[in-house]
Amino acid sequence: MGQAVTRRGLLGAGLAGACSAAAHPMPSTMTLAAAPFDARLVVIILRGGMDGLGVVAPYADPLWADYRPSLADASAMGDLDGFFGLHAGLAELRPLWNRGELGFVHAVSTPYRDKRSHFDGQDLLEAGTGQAAPEAGVRDGWLNRLLGAMPGTVAETAFAVGMDEMRVLRGDAPVLQWSPQADVALTPQAQVLLEQVYARDPLFAAAAAEAMDLAEAIDREKLTPLANGLPREPLAAFAAERLNEGTRVASYSLTGWDTHKRQAGSLNRALARLQRSILSLHEGLGGNWERTAVIAMTEFGRTARENGSRGTDHGTGGLMVLAGGALRGGRIYGDWPGLEEAALYDRRDLMPTADVRAYAASAIQGLFGIGRSTLEGAVFPGLDMGGTPGLAL
Amino acid sequence: MELYDRPIGPETYAAIRFGTGFPLRGAPATAEAMLNRLAGPDRVAAAYPRLSFDEGIALGTAVREAMRQARKNMAGGAEAVKVAHRALAAARGAGFVLELARHVETDDPFRERLVRFWENHFAAASRRGAHVAAASGYADEAIRPHIAGPFSTLLKSAVTHPFLMMYLDQPESVGPNSRKGLRHGRGLNENLAREVLELHTLGVGGPYTQADVTEFAELLTGLHFTGKKGFAFQPGMAEPGAETVLGRTYGGDKPELADIHAVLDDLAVHPSTAAFVCRKLAVHFVADDPDPDLIAFMQAAYRVSGGHLTRVYAAMLEHPASWRGFGAKVKTPMEFMTSGLRALGARAADLDKLGPNHVRKRLLRPLRLMGQPYQRPPGPDGFADDAEAWVQPFGLAGRIGWAMRAARSLGQLAPDPREFVRTALGDATSGRLIWAAGAAETRPDGVGVVLASAEFNRR
Repeated sequence: MGQAVTRRGLLGAGLAGACSAAAHPMPSTMTLAAAPFDARLVVIILRGGMDGLGVVAPYADPLWADYRPSLADASAMGDLDGFFGLHAGLAELRPLWNRGELGFVHAVSTPYRDKRSHFDGQDLLEAGTGQAAPEAGVRDGWLNRLLGAMPGTVAETAFAVGMDEMRVLRGDAPVLQWSPQADVALTPQAQVLLEQVYARDPLFAAAAAEAMDLAEAIDREKLTPLANGLPREPLAAFAAERLNEGTRVASYSLTGWDTHKRQAGSLNRALARLQRSILSLHEGLGGNWERTAVIAMTEFGRTARENGSRGTDHGTGGLMVLAGGALRGGRIYGDWPGLEEAALYDRRDLMPTADVRAYAASAIQGLFGIGRSTLEGAVFPGLDMGGTPGLAL
Repeated sequence: MELYDRPIGPETYAAIRFGTGFPLRGAPATAEAMLNRLAGPDRVAAAYPRLSFDEGIALGTAVREAMRQARKNMAGGAEAVKVAHRALAAARGAGFVLELARHVETDDPFRERLVRFWENHFAAASRRGAHVAAASGYADEAIRPHIAGPFSTLLKSAVTHPFLMMYLDQPESVGPNSRKGLRHGRGLNENLAREVLELHTLGVGGPYTQADVTEFAELLTGLHFTGKKGFAFQPGMAEPGAETVLGRTYGGDKPELADIHAVLDDLAVHPSTAAFVCRKLAVHFVADDPDPDLIAFMQAAYRVSGGHLTRVYAAMLEHPASWRGFGAKVKTPMEFMTSGLRALGARAADLDKLGPNHVRKRLLRPLRLMGQPYQRPPGPDGFADDAEAWVQPFGLAGRIGWAMRAARSLGQLAPDPREFVRTALGDATSGRLIWAAGAAETRPDGVGVVLASAEFNRR
């Protein structure tokens, strides 16, 4: 915050004098009043369809190994509750699990069924609507609609992090976007010149000042390793920095989950990044971790059986990952449908037994105190939260 | 607070607000000359031809076929997939470079701007990425030839084009009581019908109801496309019986393509369509919040001409509001990049020499960073068209980064920034910018500062 104001000082009195805060076209750190709430929400979209059965594996069920002769390795699973085991790729999260700051919801899905297309599945996940989202002409995302339902939000309240368009944050409520990949390529002298050039254009001046602050704050070269020596994950590190200031909602996506072949290696890589991402949020947020909920969602799960190339194909029921000090972790939520062939969806995929939106809504309800009718109406139209357990502490 | 120092002459409006930027390269400097040029042949498309839609589709189909073979574990399958993917990406890159070439070379820049406007109006993309190479063919074949005639012609051309149909799920839509619907229990998909009413004709506030959407969707059943057979009207998928849209009844027992054309013809001349299209044109070219008098004047021309687009453009160019308030609009990233290249003196031959890696790193990726990934609109409503949407920290950082790098890539060939200000901006400069250009540490940095300036990014 202090840095932001100093940076803006470079622009001189021209900008500050010419534009009142009210007329300012772009809410900035300078004009930002303290957010009226203290809780923080991070939504991670896992693009590609995470294999829930490989990440939190029902390893005590012999069918699991039967379905996945080359992939299932019970010895590599860290036991969670005697029935489910955690993939070794997330082993560094064990301390969070032990403290009740990591949890999962199993056998969940969006209302999307049957066609198993990444693009349609992600569209629906981010739109937060029922199956007929595109026909209904819904273009915004559920996280943006949530912002609309929260009092006193300004642009900085919500950050879309990374280069990918985060449809989940698209909509009428203002949202800022930034990616650590941005590089203004300016020498210090050219930067000063440009600031003077922009001085008479409030829109450009404000956006440029904000950009310079952000570019400085997230110099990738300056990222220190995590306490366990792993490299910090840039998107999460940036999100944590913003969440420690005025931002309350951040979203980004992680890819690499579409593990059609040689899944052992590819899933490991994707999980390593997710693990670093959660650890980077945890460390970066410091004391604010207590007030934070992280939810990671994917467009669908994968087939119960492995395929002919030691991978898995697009499925239905999947896994949601929960983290953060504001959530009640250390447990696996959900209604486990079993792996018997007759219990599978289409005799091939894990049967979804709950709507993933209901769990997201439950977390939000506890976190921000948003009413159930708003969640079932405006944020996730058509959702019935039913008896979804409360996730927030 | 004035950004520019002095009143700006019509030549600068023609070049920057309505064109692809300085240098003029034979481009017209008056409204009358712009319209005359538009009435003439489309020379630049002929000079820089791109892959046809069918050729683009064939490249996508080849990738799918290679993947199918690879799944069957055919020998060399993985390699064949790689080759097919490479061909697809190369075709997309080549189409992009040819589009840039048209923008930097053209002496008919108003046409390029209109093509991009209408391409965004009828926004479509390859949802699954398989047919990315077909997007250029869609723009060149379904939109480009029809931008100066009746809106109804353009509307029918775009809406019945396989690329837009695929994007809006039309191949999924089957009349529930059609032969196919009854046999396979298939039903309607309303996506295309809804978007045509909401985005292409009447506008979101238009006078239509859900019943209109449903009946229109029923009328559209039969519009069909498959990768193998191409576009065909399929009576076996079409919902039998007449449908009522906005109070008029179309079709009868025997479904025909002509019924679909009839409803589109009526939609094209609907007063709400006139209002929606005229306002959108004025917003794109003149101001985020255009003078109501300008819109009314354009609407009158629309009404009198039955939606003849050149008459609407003429009204826009005739109205004094179009020649006032320079800088009210912010260039889209694509406009920014193409006008930047033009100002830097890049020619088609230079662009042609860039290898695929350079095209990706120096042009396609920066466009994405600026917020306008090439041929990937965020939705059927297209890219945003207002200053606040584009001038955000992240998007502006993308513009600044590209400006500085593009200028530096010229090295010793970089022009003198003090001259470049005038080459690039004509009289749309300011003393402050001229000073800054001259105060930079190096020539490329001075050129980069000019490109990144608000003066250059506005029109």
